[in-house]
Amino acid sequence: MNNTLEIKNLNVSIDGQAILKDFSLSIPKGEVHALMGPNGTGKSTLAKVMAGHEDYTVESGDILLDGDSILGQEPDVISHAGLFLAFQYPMEIPGVSIANFIRAARQSRLPEGEQIKAVEYYKDLYAKMDALKIDRSFTARSLNEGFSGGEKKRCEVLQMSMLDPKYCVMDETDSGLDIDALRVVADGVNLMRNQARAFLVITHYQRLLDYIVPDVVHVMYDGRIVHSGDKDLAKELEVKGYDWVKEEFTDAIVGA
Amino acid sequence: MNSTLETPSNLLTKNDPNWLIERRSKGLEQFEKLATPTVRDENWRFSRVGKMRTDGYNQLEEADTSRFDLLNERSNLISQRAGRSVFVDDATSIFEGVGTKLAQQGVIFLPILEAITQHSDLMEKYFLQESTELGSQKFFGLHAASVKAGSVIYVPKGVEVIDPIVNYYWTSGECVAVFPHTLIIAEDNAKVSVVDLFFSENVSNEALNISASNIHAGPGAKVFRKIVQNWNQETVSFQLDTTVAERDAQVKNIAVNIGANRARFESQTRIEGAGADVKMYSLTVAEKNQEFDQRTFQTHNANNAVSDLLYKNALLDKSRSIFSGLIKVAEGAQQTDAYQTNRNLLLDPRAEANALPGLEILANDVRCSHGATTGNVDEEELFYIMQRGISRRVAMQLMVFGFFEEIIDLIDNEELAENVRKLIHHKFDAKLS
Ligand SMILES: Nc1ncnc2c1ncn2[C@@H]1O[C@H](COP(=O)(O)OP(=O)(O)OP(=O)(O)O)[C@@H](O)[C@H]1O
Ligand SMILES: [Mg+2]
Repeated sequence: MNNTLEIKNLNVSIDGQAILKDFSLSIPKGEVHALMGPNGTGKSTLAKVMAGHEDYTVESGDILLDGDSILGQEPDVISHAGLFLAFQYPMEIPGVSIANFIRAARQSRLPEGEQIKAVEYYKDLYAKMDALKIDRSFTARSLNEGFSGGEKKRCEVLQMSMLDPKYCVMDETDSGLDIDALRVVADGVNLMRNQARAFLVITHYQRLLDYIVPDVVHVMYDGRIVHSGDKDLAKELEVKGYDWVKEEFTDAIVGA
Repeated sequence: MNSTLETPSNLLTKNDPNWLIERRSKGLEQFEKLATPTVRDENWRFSRVGKMRTDGYNQLEEADTSRFDLLNERSNLISQRAGRSVFVDDATSIFEGVGTKLAQQGVIFLPILEAITQHSDLMEKYFLQESTELGSQKFFGLHAASVKAGSVIYVPKGVEVIDPIVNYYWTSGECVAVFPHTLIIAEDNAKVSVVDLFFSENVSNEALNISASNIHAGPGAKVFRKIVQNWNQETVSFQLDTTVAERDAQVKNIAVNIGANRARFESQTRIEGAGADVKMYSLTVAEKNQEFDQRTFQTHNANNAVSDLLYKNALLDKSRSIFSGLIKVAEGAQQTDAYQTNRNLLLDPRAEANALPGLEILANDVRCSHGATTGNVDEEELFYIMQRGISRRVAMQLMVFGFFEEIIDLIDNEELAENVRKLIHHKFDAKLS
């Protein structure tokens, strides 16, 4: 299907242990979906499998961007196909400055032989840094090295806004952010929301969803989505907890 | 081939003062008497000593002067400088002094042999007085017997030389032996920065280098020495360096090692005054069957001093590195901060990095640490970078250059830093795929 991110009956394991179990999800462009679920249920696994991480074994199923399968592709190819992953734990890359890193990422999107225009690039970079309240002096700092938890997350959103992806997967971008930073990051995301772009927002906190209001909320449990609803589902989940999910929604699956 | 190395033909006794004649003959004796190292010797563990042939090379009496103009022209890595020397096969090719202002302040920058004639007392006090203890004593002996090229930099009390003094040491002829020497003396509160560059004229001339250097940093002096070693891969090289730091002296050494087939590097630091601060940084880029054999020694004989060592090696192909470092804190050298770190990045499963860090501490109130890490490129970092659309090849380049940048960044001279980046790029570009 065009204009959609589709995950179809995905089964994923690592070291013989099943993590994603017949997982399916479909997000059309223009929508924001939230994915919530207890620790260890497979949310980050899903995100990394989508991005082409090679540690995981895909037993069956498929992932399609705009109708084309991205399974088995290299991470850079998937990135060029339009998928961006804001990492739960961004890596520190010593000796590589933010400015050079994002520049290399942009350069990789240009045709062979064409060079980034430095002036335009910096203008754009500074504008986006200002919007995310990241000090301009950060451009010269090594990527994520010695950054606070919140600075790392803001830097993920900076990269996301600089690379103009069609499908944004944000893995707990809100954790580690103080309330002001949360608002700044949410504003950044909301500015990017449009009919040509879809978001999958993984979070533990309904708080984020007050700022980035989702179209659909999914609850994940033991490797699959067990329940979906509108934004009120997140509120209900906050009150009732995952025991409620377990009792209410998993029996049917186990029984099946 | 008649080998000078068995019987140096160029004992320069003709013009030498007596003290030097003595030091030269003592050196020769040392060279002849001491046994050739074997791997059983702790100082030579892991070395391919068998490949350390020193015969078959000749120190030239006269260099080929037709090479001078071209090599002077290629000696252009640092344009803003206080002085420059260029040596080709141990002959002075060009010597640009420090200018009248510094000369009037008492700064001396001269070729070794001239300094011996003009400043015999000073040279008697400092020249060839510090020898390595790290295994190459035999070769230091040969250096002492044979040295005739190199420069002396003397900065008197309180004088600051702002721009760097730059020495280029070239080899050009076939099977030449060279014995370059850099002697740096900074008196109380003096400041100076010196760059030594070791280059070959082309990729194929075989050569033997046995160089030595000594930094003597007086009380409160600030000395910054940078070395770029880019011999061709037909060169066997010994660099035998010593630093003596007195009270409150600050010394920074940065070595960038790119060339040679076998490069033995001995670096010895002796802290003799309280409050001294000595930094030793090194960056090595190894490929093919190169071997970089690095031995270091940090001795603290005074209290409240700092020594900090960081040696980083990136290894491609079947290259090898050896890092063996010792920190020794003497009794009474309390409140010492001494650190030693060796990081090895293995970029090929055939490459090999050996690390032998060591501590010997006789004081009880010290902060010391030593550590070595050896690893491949981090797969999670690679995944992160590639997720942004960057290809595996470019991602590898970014990571490897990031690894280097920690050292290059410290060079503190943008032109030289950029030239070093180019030299390394040149070595790497074809490799990372
Ligand atoms: N590389 C790996 N090796 C072994 N086990 C793994 C690996 N990656 C994930 N797992 C396991 O897979 C399960 C799912 O982990 P995942 O990180 O996807 O959970 P999550 O839903 O993102 O949890 P959290 O909310 O804590 O971030 C966990 O049991 C985890 O231990
Ligand atoms: Mg997770």
